[in-house]
Amino acid sequence: MAGTNNLILRTATSLISFLLLGFGVYAFFAGHNSPGGGFIGGLMTSGAILLLYMSYGMKTVNQMLPINFKTMIPVGLLTAVLTSAGSFLFDVPFLSHTFGYFYLPIFGEVELATAMLFDLGVYLTVVGVVMTIILTITDDQ
Amino acid sequence: MNNMIVLPMAIPVLAGILFIFFRNNIYLQRWISLFVMVANIGIVAYLLNRVQTEGVLRLDFGGWEPPFGILFVADSFSLILVMTTSIVAAICLLYSFSSIGKARENMFFYSFVNFLVAGVNGSFLTGDLFNLYVCFEIMLLASYVLIALGGKKAQLRESIKYVIINVLSSWFFLVAIAFLYGSVGTLNMAHISERISESGQTPLLTVISIVFLTVFALKAGLLLYFWLPGSYSVAPTAVAALFGGLLTKVGIYAMFRVFTLFFYHEPSITHTFIGVLAALTLIGGSIGAVAYKDIRLIVTYNVVIAVGFILVGLAVATPEAMEGSIYYLIHDMIVKSLLFLLAGTMITVTGTTKIDEMSGLIRNYPLMGWMFFIVMLSLAGIPPLSGFIGKVLVGEGAVNAGSYILLALAFLSSIFVLYSLLRVFLQCFWGETIISTEDEVPVKKGWMIPCAILTIATIGIGLGAESLYLYVSDAANTLLNPQIYIDAVLYE
Repeated sequence: MAGTNNLILRTATSLISFLLLGFGVYAFFAGHNSPGGGFIGGLMTSGAILLLYMSYGMKTVNQMLPINFKTMIPVGLLTAVLTSAGSFLFDVPFLSHTFGYFYLPIFGEVELATAMLFDLGVYLTVVGVVMTIILTITDDQ
Repeated sequence: MNNMIVLPMAIPVLAGILFIFFRNNIYLQRWISLFVMVANIGIVAYLLNRVQTEGVLRLDFGGWEPPFGILFVADSFSLILVMTTSIVAAICLLYSFSSIGKARENMFFYSFVNFLVAGVNGSFLTGDLFNLYVCFEIMLLASYVLIALGGKKAQLRESIKYVIINVLSSWFFLVAIAFLYGSVGTLNMAHISERISESGQTPLLTVISIVFLTVFALKAGLLLYFWLPGSYSVAPTAVAALFGGLLTKVGIYAMFRVFTLFFYHEPSITHTFIGVLAALTLIGGSIGAVAYKDIRLIVTYNVVIAVGFILVGLAVATPEAMEGSIYYLIHDMIVKSLLFLLAGTMITVTGTTKIDEMSGLIRNYPLMGWMFFIVMLSLAGIPPLSGFIGKVLVGEGAVNAGSYILLALAFLSSIFVLYSLLRVFLQCFWGETIISTEDEVPVKKGWMIPCAILTIATIGIGLGAESLYLYVSDAANTLLNPQIYIDAVLYE
């Protein structure tokens, strides 16, 4: 986009993409009790990153976010598989999940479930897959 | 706790994921994937023996009781198939070590083989209809990649056909599941079976069963095999052997499950339909096998014939025929991969796929020639080898049920198999030697050892049919008495 002045796009992006990122993370955490979850949270997060790529270009964003999205896929898958395989350690059926109530400083009493770790795997995989697909197509001359 | 049942699917998945991290460490990938398959053989052997003493095993994921949660069910039929899958996959991996090439190995080849095996094992083990769909998709997605990996022109053309046909059939599968869920209100296989037997198989359910038949016929290549010869002949040898050994067999397995567990109340409609399709498949496959001079096409049409033959056993549905089909299924998985490996090796050493351009290979490659001879006899069903017992039992079942047309077609197709392969043998191995000693492409040990192991396996299955009988008869018994399966899943 050399030569074009897209000040409005860039200024709006820096605001909107942070809103989007925040909403993606919110949707991810809200998944247990209201609509949301790993898949939609991951999609919204990749939407936010994609918006950054569109307005700032590949080079800038690659410096800003030095993340290899390709390794994010196996990391996410591994998280999901290992949370389910943890059942082997505790001698319960495969894919069993558990939860507990914890007292955290600011939030007060919260319910933490291992299902969220599985969801984290989904989240990472979705972000990794979406970004890999889009960046691979963009790279292709 | 039966957590072990999930391992044949979980270990390959885990290995496939880990390989992405060790992308450049090919040696590690090779030996770990081989180790995974061998470990699976051990696990399944243990489970198979447990099933004989304790009956059908199940694993409720997350501890949710059967009609509500998803589960894996291990009965003799599925475990036998998982075992054969692991053996075939191990051998194909061994072959691919020295044939697949560095470019493919660096592009996650071993990951996708592991995912493919995970999908196949999951399809065999699952006890939930939608889960079956998901495992089918895991297998198919991995197979899409394996068919296209390498990016040659022919591969791209055939993979587009393959993907389109499979996307379409997966959509039909989903629709069929939706219809069935709308009618019986459950997705658990045992529960579906119970609901159907309670309400009786209404005409609507019979229609749904035909939709399922269409889906699995597309996957297995039962009459709807038009996509099969093209797709299976473009993949590299080791991949083609995996496909020929495993993929259509998953469709066959699903058909056996669905038509022995759910829709067994109206055999005069559904099983007659399967019988007609099997007969047409046998005819079409036989014509294809003798019509071509391209060795890859001859081999793929032999896959089609075997699909027809195995489903004759399902159409007839007597105990002997079921046992025969299971024997033949084991035999066919092993021998078809061997056939694909040998055909691929022949193409590699001669550099041509046309059988009339090859001649006198027996002088250059005697071991390969005699192994091809054994495969040919085994596929035709000559007594000491593995194809014999399955053919005899299916034939016996067909006689007992009075299906003489199917009987005649099944045995005539054996003659066509024998003729098509004998033609290859005579044309390629006998005659004037065209490759001089200097121009010989050296056969690597890594090509011949896997073939030799499979040849020994086909002889072993033929001679040791008696010791397998315990497992096969238990598998057939569970298939013919759905109540055993239902009791194990819902009432234990």
